[in-house]
Amino acid sequence: MTAPAEPLLELRRINKSFGAVHVLHDVDLRVYPGQVTALVGDNGAGKSTLVKTVAGIYPFDSGEYLFEGKPVHITGPRDASALGIEIVYQDLALCDNLDIVENMFLGRERHRGILLDERTMEQEARDTLSSLSVRTVKSVRQSVSSLSGGQRQTVAIAKAVLWNSKVVLLDEPTAALGVAQTRQVLDLVRRLADKGLGVLLISHNMVDVLEVADRITALYLGRVAADVPAADVTHSQVVELITAGRSGSIGLPMAAANESS
Amino acid sequence: MTPTTKGVKQMTVVNAGGTPPSPSVAASDFAGDQHATTLRGAAQAYRDRLRGGDMGPLPAVLGLVALGIIFTVLRPDTFPSAINITNLLVQAAAICVLAMGLVPVLLMAEIDLSAGVAGGASAGVMAVVIRGDGMPWYVGVLAALLTGMVIGLVIGLMVAKLGIPSFVVTLAFFLGLQGITLKLIGQGGTVPVHDGTILAIANSNLPVTVGWVVAVAASVLYAALSLRRHLAHAKAGLARSPLALVVLRVVGMAVVLLAMTYVLSINRARVPTITLAGIPYAVPLVAVLLIVWSFVFSRTRYGRHVYASGGNAEAARRAGISVDRVRISVFVICSGMAALSGLIAASRLNSVTPDAGAGNTLLYAVGAAVIGGTSLFGGKGRIRDAIIGGLVIAMIDNGLGLLGLAAYVNYLVTGTVLLLAASVDAISRRRRNATGH
Repeated sequence: MTAPAEPLLELRRINKSFGAVHVLHDVDLRVYPGQVTALVGDNGAGKSTLVKTVAGIYPFDSGEYLFEGKPVHITGPRDASALGIEIVYQDLALCDNLDIVENMFLGRERHRGILLDERTMEQEARDTLSSLSVRTVKSVRQSVSSLSGGQRQTVAIAKAVLWNSKVVLLDEPTAALGVAQTRQVLDLVRRLADKGLGVLLISHNMVDVLEVADRITALYLGRVAADVPAADVTHSQVVELITAGRSGSIGLPMAAANESS
Repeated sequence: MTPTTKGVKQMTVVNAGGTPPSPSVAASDFAGDQHATTLRGAAQAYRDRLRGGDMGPLPAVLGLVALGIIFTVLRPDTFPSAINITNLLVQAAAICVLAMGLVPVLLMAEIDLSAGVAGGASAGVMAVVIRGDGMPWYVGVLAALLTGMVIGLVIGLMVAKLGIPSFVVTLAFFLGLQGITLKLIGQGGTVPVHDGTILAIANSNLPVTVGWVVAVAASVLYAALSLRRHLAHAKAGLARSPLALVVLRVVGMAVVLLAMTYVLSINRARVPTITLAGIPYAVPLVAVLLIVWSFVFSRTRYGRHVYASGGNAEAARRAGISVDRVRISVFVICSGMAALSGLIAASRLNSVTPDAGAGNTLLYAVGAAVIGGTSLFGGKGRIRDAIIGGLVIAMIDNGLGLLGLAAYVNYLVTGTVLLLAASVDAISRRRRNATGH
């Protein structure tokens, strides 16, 4: 698959240290509209640090943060969501005691005067779920506690999409799901990209990644080992990139890979 | 790429992009199941909810009916009489108001053990301001409300900002505030309340005709609002209850309101030469508070944020809700309502005593909220729970009093009922977790 000329979100030569620990070394990350970019890496490779940097939770030490080609200054999570970057965290952040509509609009409720505008909210929630072809949910007025893991993940993703977001970051969306539910969520991830959003999928699961991703960015000990089209690599190559930082002709130069380890 | 993964990948793409479902098809996925369209369907949905552990106020309503029948059978002459029912409602008023204030605190999975004595201290302030300083009644009421809200603010700040468990903070206030009331009123003394307006709350009645007009108007208004809401939702194609259920609710509400008005309009004077009839002012006062707080907690952003913060504080925080501020606010509401409850109690006793709001006042109110169906684990409960539970507690108190049993039985029975209610809460919570309702 060919990449469109301009990435929606681009990080250039990002460095980040926690005290003496240099976590991210000159990391480049690009998320293209209409594509799923998978971010893979072993535990401690710097995936979550990178995600939190994108989200504005961690400031970075040096490097450039570009959104739609323009350098932007992100100082907090609010800046990121104002740009249209939404993050779906692993632990979902849904309230079990509220229904789907209430969860999707949590903290950003529509209102008329002092009254909640339930009518608009229910309609918009239904439209969003419909536009994502979500068919597994019985009613938008269902309590979230009655949903399965896959449905909850679906609601969390739909919540991110509701706000006309341009980039959606998904942190291990299938980690806790069964086979059928993983299927639902991966289909949804694909549809997000087909709608033109830039999707960054953080995952441990190689099967998922190879199935749904257009590009793969592999992190190895805080460095980008490879940023390749998913079609150009095999399962075992990705595993090698994750575990050793290089695989055949792709990956970090031998010297860098050894130095880091 | 291996052939197998390629195959899977292509399949996905076809699934996702090959046949885009038309919006109407997707929308109909919800339309089919968004609401139970018939009464039978609604009944089935309700049964499912009950089985799933979402009992709501059902146990309390059943308990109320059972208690009513038991006491009527045991004391057919005194219990169902107009004068006793009026007494019961006025007794329940103070408990209900205190319990209504506690519901938001319980929604946040917190507890306020000091609410009863906060009400007592506030009533003490009112009594001293009116008597000692000779101020008009509204200054006294404002001073009491302000006292309550300041107490709540301090408790809330300590819980939210310092992170002290509310159990400890409010236990300290429970002890400390009794000292304040004692200092205000003086050892062994009581401050009598002579102000007509304050006394009227629990001791005077709406004129009978006014009572009927209010009851009928309230029934009509409730019917009109319910129908309007139903029609608006039907027109927009949104989730709604079936029309039959709406009508049933409207009729049920009207029957309860009018029956209560009828009973309270019977002449209950023991002396034939005078008439004593009408709804005690405490009842419409409680009703107004019920409507206002129900509105706040079910129809405003603030109310939604309270439920969200109580259900999952982390999710609420990530959604940009200031959970600390919500936590402080519920304590302010609770102590403010406690002050009102203290005023009603003072009106009923015609005085404020140094032990006002101490003893089992608070436990009655917590019991009322829990019996009504509010969860101690946070996030689940309604303001109306306080009313239903408050009536159960008041009825036990009243009925056992009429039976003339020893005081210890009263404590034992009330304790047992509270334990039963908490068990129902815990068991239904476990079922909810198991069935996902």
